[in-house]
Amino acid sequence: MKTISSDIHVRVRIQTPAVEKVPAREVRATPERYRNALGKYKVDRLASCASCGLCAETCGFGVHVKPEGYAFTLRPKDHLCIGPDCSESAYSCVAQCPQKALVVRRNPSADCMGDPRWTSDLILSTWHQAATGHLPPAHLEYRHGASGGGFDKLRFNFECELPSEPRPSGSGRIDTGLDLNHRDDGRPQVHIDIPVYGGGMSFGSVSIHTILAKARTAVAWNSFTCTGEGGFPDRLTPYADHVITQVATGLFGVREETIQRVRMVEFKYAQGAKPGLGGHLLGDKNTPAVARMREAVAGNALFSPFPFHSVYSVEDHKKHLDWIKEINPTCLVSVKVSTPTDVDMVAVGSYYAGAHIIHLDGSYGGTGAAPDIAKKNIAMPIEYAVPKVHKFLCAEGIREKITLIASGGIRTAYDILKAIALGADGVVVGTAEMVALGCVRCACCESGRGCPRGIASTDPELSMLMNLDWATQRLINLQNAWREQMIDVLSRLGMRSIRELRGRSDVLRYIGDEAPQ
Amino acid sequence: MPDRYHIHTLPVAARFRRVGKFGSVDWREDCSRCTNCVKHRCCYDVYKNESAYNRDPLAPVETLNGCRACLSCVQGCTKGLLNVSVNPEFLDIGDDYWKPDILLTTWNQSDSGRIPVSGAGYRGRFHGPGFDSMWTDMSEIVRPTRDGIHGREYISTSVDIGPKPMRLTFTPDGRMLTPPSRLLELQVPAILDMPTWPVGGDHLTHARAAAAKELMTLAVMPAADAAGLAPELLPFVTPVVDGDDIERSADLLQAVGMAQVRESPDVAELAGKLQSAHPRLIVSARLQLRPVTAGRVVELARAGIKVFHLCADLHGRERLDDGRPGRHIKDVLREVHGRLVKEGLRDEITLIVSGGIALAEHMAKAIICGADLVAVDTPLLVALGCRVCRNGQAMCSDDSCPAEIGPTDRGYAAQRMVNLMGAWHDQLIEVLGAMGIREVRRLRGEVGRAIFMEDIEKEAFGDIVRVPQAQVGI
Repeated sequence: MKTISSDIHVRVRIQTPAVEKVPAREVRATPERYRNALGKYKVDRLASCASCGLCAETCGFGVHVKPEGYAFTLRPKDHLCIGPDCSESAYSCVAQCPQKALVVRRNPSADCMGDPRWTSDLILSTWHQAATGHLPPAHLEYRHGASGGGFDKLRFNFECELPSEPRPSGSGRIDTGLDLNHRDDGRPQVHIDIPVYGGGMSFGSVSIHTILAKARTAVAWNSFTCTGEGGFPDRLTPYADHVITQVATGLFGVREETIQRVRMVEFKYAQGAKPGLGGHLLGDKNTPAVARMREAVAGNALFSPFPFHSVYSVEDHKKHLDWIKEINPTCLVSVKVSTPTDVDMVAVGSYYAGAHIIHLDGSYGGTGAAPDIAKKNIAMPIEYAVPKVHKFLCAEGIREKITLIASGGIRTAYDILKAIALGADGVVVGTAEMVALGCVRCACCESGRGCPRGIASTDPELSMLMNLDWATQRLINLQNAWREQMIDVLSRLGMRSIRELRGRSDVLRYIGDEAPQ
Repeated sequence: MPDRYHIHTLPVAARFRRVGKFGSVDWREDCSRCTNCVKHRCCYDVYKNESAYNRDPLAPVETLNGCRACLSCVQGCTKGLLNVSVNPEFLDIGDDYWKPDILLTTWNQSDSGRIPVSGAGYRGRFHGPGFDSMWTDMSEIVRPTRDGIHGREYISTSVDIGPKPMRLTFTPDGRMLTPPSRLLELQVPAILDMPTWPVGGDHLTHARAAAAKELMTLAVMPAADAAGLAPELLPFVTPVVDGDDIERSADLLQAVGMAQVRESPDVAELAGKLQSAHPRLIVSARLQLRPVTAGRVVELARAGIKVFHLCADLHGRERLDDGRPGRHIKDVLREVHGRLVKEGLRDEITLIVSGGIALAEHMAKAIICGADLVAVDTPLLVALGCRVCRNGQAMCSDDSCPAEIGPTDRGYAAQRMVNLMGAWHDQLIEVLGAMGIREVRRLRGEVGRAIFMEDIEKEAFGDIVRVPQAQVGI
């Protein structure tokens, strides 16, 4: 590294002709891109309907529409229906209909999406937040899933107990920003306005529109997105100040200039989707564009080994970090690891090796295709790893010197807040952003032509299913809805900043069988 | 260069009707026959395959129920006429242990012999009873080999069955007193056990023995069934014998490497008799898992039996004295293993465990909890289409099995069993690779390299105030 001349230390900025205009940090209605929006309930209009239009007059939610001059009522916009809660009210179309021609029931198609971790309600409420930028309606459970453990068993104290004092006003002053450099090592401070940034998804695993939408959202919200292990696409360069270059075990597409042009570099030792296992890009997915980026031969399967072949010890790990710091003297370095039993020791080792950020990726998350056996069984979920590492770093007296980032199974704003209350500084999300773009979690990311919804596919036809402006606005909206919830929770807890919440597990309650202490 | 162990998997299409997870519901009467019908755009050709099936009932059955519920058609249909719904028949198969998803993944693995892979993270419950409340460890940097994905063939999955003397003894003039070691080395830590309930037809016995030959492991079966097998299969067979069989099946016992003696009050005596009649034979005791098993194993081990096959029930639980199910094998195995370690006997003994081993991960987890190897029973039936219906008791011995398992073809059945075990073997290697362990023998009893829910919940959430569910209300 000594041989590198000093002029290389100037951050390289590459001029690219086509810089897409980045949308501002503002909410704009962005409805679903499919013709039929999906709702929790289905409203059936039977043949006995006389098209009297009474339902259109009574429904307060816009489900029934009979435009002026139309003889028939339109097909019900059932995604707006709030379901059985309405039946008691004066607006109930089912009760009011003189022909008894309306039936409201659970939407079987929406129920197909659900699983215990990401319930159908969570997917629908994430869609709603991405569409409107605000809190979803009350009939959708938007805070937690039904997995019966971890975040789903944790609540904030105000969710279980009567609020003892009124909510303070002036919530606009509550700060959700985060500084990422706590090392005091002369490197620049990096501030993000929300305690969330985007996880690494490589070009090849997701479409270019997905990557760009994430990057543009990062610019709008002054946060970050990550390249993943697939190189730095040229179209991402205009957003380089908000991109993290990932250096992963295959070193695909890692070049000096991609390290030099960014403010943050991430070493990926392991990932939660497949802890302890390497990556495998199928030959079919290695298209000429992907191969060029990865500096590989098109059509060949690409294996990303596990782990780094150059790291046998924590000293080797330090050499790795020094290498990056030498190439880019102004960047911060993040170390992404999975969650083995000794994750606390790994975190301390990374701190002494010089990392600014230790990023824990829990085993239940991940967006990429992985062996089923690895997703469920190998390494611990993030809910366990965060308090373990936080407490250990505190005991070692280095907690204030390093930023702890959690990822792998963070689905909602409440998950973010709970992870922070358990001890993280901030979080990284992946799947939630994919859901905002229309993912139904059918888990077919890897099969055939890739994602049938055009999110995680490089298939020329499928990847065009999604428009870039639409995708960007959906993600900007989602972050806004999340931030509103963060401010709401912090104000209920009487806190002025997200940083006050870190490690405050005393504001959490665990749903157990025992009576409260 | 010696041959490397390799399981020859081969895609074999299922010959039973699959129960798919999703089905589409189509309100055709309102269809306006538009030219841009979403059915033509289905990524998986589900509608095309279904219409082919409607025209030709003999079209391959696996093309039905191929819907993955991506909902593109539901959301795209011009008139909103399409719906997808979870198939109620799918939810009905299996039971609360042999869940529909377990059956589906076993079918898929038996079709292809490959590891199941999917995207979008984990989908199940956070934790559950039995094996679902433990996680295996991984290692950030320590690896069995430095060759990444290409080094996996160097991970050994072989285990030894048989008495393992801890030291050799000699006479003063240097003659060895310890009898020569008799160990059976298997290349996978799994043997193929009998179904836990009677299933008609001897095809399955043949198929199991043939699969054991390919896998280089053992197929357990009653001595009477083993007698009808071809001589080349016998080295891969383990007959289960009782007192009478020792005389009656002398030829068979001469040909096999291991035999099992059923549990009885005089099992030690019987085993001794069998051993003296066939000194080369490895004799094991087949015991029902009970609360007293740990003590019983120690007692029998001191009486000379060195191999134990511990049988749990279909759901992996011990049987209490009143016949009710007790603890899960995860907990019982830890007790038995711990007791043997304490008594200084563990390294002399081979523990085989069966019952409730439903997925590849259960094999790894049972070994972590203290078994040397597992015996696979029900999954071999599931590979052939079994749905573990009515708790697996009725319908199997008469001709009413919906998957027609009884009269199934031997070669087909054997290949599907081989495929399943091939996929399990690969998954075991994934787990070992992630842990940085080079051989499965070292996985035995490695509870320090596992994460148990009881411990980690206390560590992570122990300081958080608890509230009862009723207080949350939402």
